[in-house]
Amino acid sequence: MQHGKYRFIVGFLALPLGLYALFVVWPFIQSIYYSFTDWTGLSPEFKMVGFDNYRRMFHDEIFWKSLEHSLLFALVLPLVTISLALFFSFMINVGGRRRKGGPAISGVRGSSFYKIVYFFPQVLSIAIVALLFAFAYNPDSGAINSFLRGIGLDSVQPLWLGDPSLALWCVMAVLVWSTVGFFVVLFSAGMASIPADLYEAALLDGANRISTFFRITLPLLWDTVQSGWVYMGILALGAESFAVVQIMTTGPGGPDYSTTVMVLYVYQKAFRDGQAAYATTIGVALLVVTLLFAAIVMRLGRRERLEY
Amino acid sequence: MGSTHTESNGTDDRDMTGVGRRDLIKRSAALGLISVPTMSFLSACASSGGGDNGSKAKAGKKTAKNPLGVNETAGMEFVLFDGGFGKEYAQDAVKIYEKNFPKVKVKFSATQKIQSTLQPRFNQGTPPDLIDNSGAEQMDMGVLVGKNQLADLTPLLDAPSYDDPNKKVRDTLRPGIVEMGQFDGNPVWIMYYAYTVYGVWYSQKALDSLDAEYPKTWDEMLAVCEKAKKKGMAGWTYAGKYPYYIPFSLYPMIGKVGGREVLDAIDNLEPNAWKHPAVKACFDAYYELYKKGYILQGTPGLDHIQSQTAWAKGKALFIPNGSWVENESANVIPSDFNLAVSAPTGIDSSDKMPFGTIWASGGEPFIVPAKAKNPEGGMEQLRIMLSEASSKNFTTKVKSLTAYNGGTTGISLTPGLTSGVAALKLAGQNVLNPRLQDWYVQLQKEQIGVAGLGEMMAGRATPAETIKKIQGFADAAAKDTSIKHYKHQ
Repeated sequence: MQHGKYRFIVGFLALPLGLYALFVVWPFIQSIYYSFTDWTGLSPEFKMVGFDNYRRMFHDEIFWKSLEHSLLFALVLPLVTISLALFFSFMINVGGRRRKGGPAISGVRGSSFYKIVYFFPQVLSIAIVALLFAFAYNPDSGAINSFLRGIGLDSVQPLWLGDPSLALWCVMAVLVWSTVGFFVVLFSAGMASIPADLYEAALLDGANRISTFFRITLPLLWDTVQSGWVYMGILALGAESFAVVQIMTTGPGGPDYSTTVMVLYVYQKAFRDGQAAYATTIGVALLVVTLLFAAIVMRLGRRERLEY
Repeated sequence: MGSTHTESNGTDDRDMTGVGRRDLIKRSAALGLISVPTMSFLSACASSGGGDNGSKAKAGKKTAKNPLGVNETAGMEFVLFDGGFGKEYAQDAVKIYEKNFPKVKVKFSATQKIQSTLQPRFNQGTPPDLIDNSGAEQMDMGVLVGKNQLADLTPLLDAPSYDDPNKKVRDTLRPGIVEMGQFDGNPVWIMYYAYTVYGVWYSQKALDSLDAEYPKTWDEMLAVCEKAKKKGMAGWTYAGKYPYYIPFSLYPMIGKVGGREVLDAIDNLEPNAWKHPAVKACFDAYYELYKKGYILQGTPGLDHIQSQTAWAKGKALFIPNGSWVENESANVIPSDFNLAVSAPTGIDSSDKMPFGTIWASGGEPFIVPAKAKNPEGGMEQLRIMLSEASSKNFTTKVKSLTAYNGGTTGISLTPGLTSGVAALKLAGQNVLNPRLQDWYVQLQKEQIGVAGLGEMMAGRATPAETIKKIQGFADAAAKDTSIKHYKHQ
């Protein structure tokens, strides 16, 4: 039996690994290769230029700005989204007041309704969400400023996306709004699998909601939170942040480069400026940032797995 | 790039210039399992089109009816940008082509995704014969020209025009069209088909209600804005999220105040071009609009559609824009709006050029790829489109002028178009043609537009700071070896 074991395993893995190599590994290698050329993306001719693109990148102010914004996205977005999602799902599943005749552990009143409502934004495509918010942020006739006028705050009429100090936060708010529901559902599922007797024991010991959350829910949910964190970080570095910045912001890229992110910069260099090679160079930098992010989160989040 | 060809993509015996196949396989083996597909795909992706010149259609015989010598049996492929102008005008022209060459079936397609559909085909060396390279997914013309991807359209320009065999196509075009198609030296790479009038757009009715004429000097401009302000109307608005709309009236103003050379120097990225006193005067003038509160509240947060809608609703009097605004905002412009365009207001009577000096230039850039199979066919299609009948058809259908000089008699024009024709007549030879937006897209849109003018008009930077910033961007672009540089001829 030992004899044919590897052949057997390889037989099963060949196809998926082949597909993985073709569609995942190979584009990475291709990008790295192109980053050493002067390929424009518009003609088949190019030549090797060594490290020129990398040298250029390190002196490119806009690259550093986009890197800074991307890192801010990767730090702030998961923190805010996951904290909010944890709070919401805790309230939905565990945080309710004890009701007469009900189970010992339950969510707040109407929690099943909230669960559905939180998930709504997830159903909408990110492009539609971005467009909707672009309308809402319209300083002249948008929903937010109209509301402010409606409650008598005529003097407070921010420019939102038109203001370099607000624009990035406006974009982040949209991403939080559109992704928090997914994590609420994810964490709810995780919480549902935590045995109720643990909570009951905590209740008998007189634990309040806050200590129940930090001593029971969070430790038992740690694995889910960690993968959620990585997922959210990659989302914030990648496609989602590109979509909202490209669709919503001034330029796009924000007034005075205030919302430009690495993915947007890659896109602009490749498809606006005809500098595909330089774009792949920035893409390589983005790859490094993403890998570092995942590695750090995994490293920091390493804990003993609790069996229950 | 010959070093990466392998048998697997079928180009092995075509251009094996570099390393042989056996060496390659040895190296590939050393690089490991993954890099085998890598290398072969690399060549498949980026360089398989190398020497693909053998498949061109043979030129036909040149006759009076067929001055370009189009092959009467060769197919022709035409890819149109399906944008604000629609596709009907091109389909009509294709029908004429097929009528003139009955043995030919034209492969016509219209798309908004020019770059994503065609970029791979350029990379493979199999582009179509005629492309309307326009829209948000426009391929960078500078790069296409720099990489020798486009055919020189001089044969088309020197061919007899469709309507009059004694007149060359070149002589039937509006001012500036031929120069716009040139990048460096004599070859003409691009044929701009639409003709756009840029300037200050307004409602004649609103202006009448203020008892005002269109202002010719900046003092008059400020007076009109003050009048409007008293009536609760802002003087100006603009596409705040895309502040590169501001130059549509600002650049010709700079040209009017300081003369054509100032704009040429700016386009040529000459040192200190932006430090010319005329630039400062015009920037100061525009900044004054902000300082005096004549800009519609919230403008920096509006995109082009939102700003045009606010303007059409009468919230603001003037907007810098191009002649497409009439079509684009047709559904929000009231029927009694009486849309009009004017050349930009100058500073005063000491300006170098007279009032009426305007920015007008080509739009909808048509190109014939150098590696097209039937380039003569592509050019012949353009020759048909530049006839009086096709031009009239375009103007009637999409409310825009064409590169064909004329073609407006005998058809009824919309208010905006009528006013555009009048503005061009007033301008005469004083038509300016700043080139930054097609030569240096990033500089024009992101740097001068968003980072420079956008910040100034939102009141976050003074004109002096803005000029310093823009001059810095221009100097950096002049030094940047990764972009191709151009000069006015």
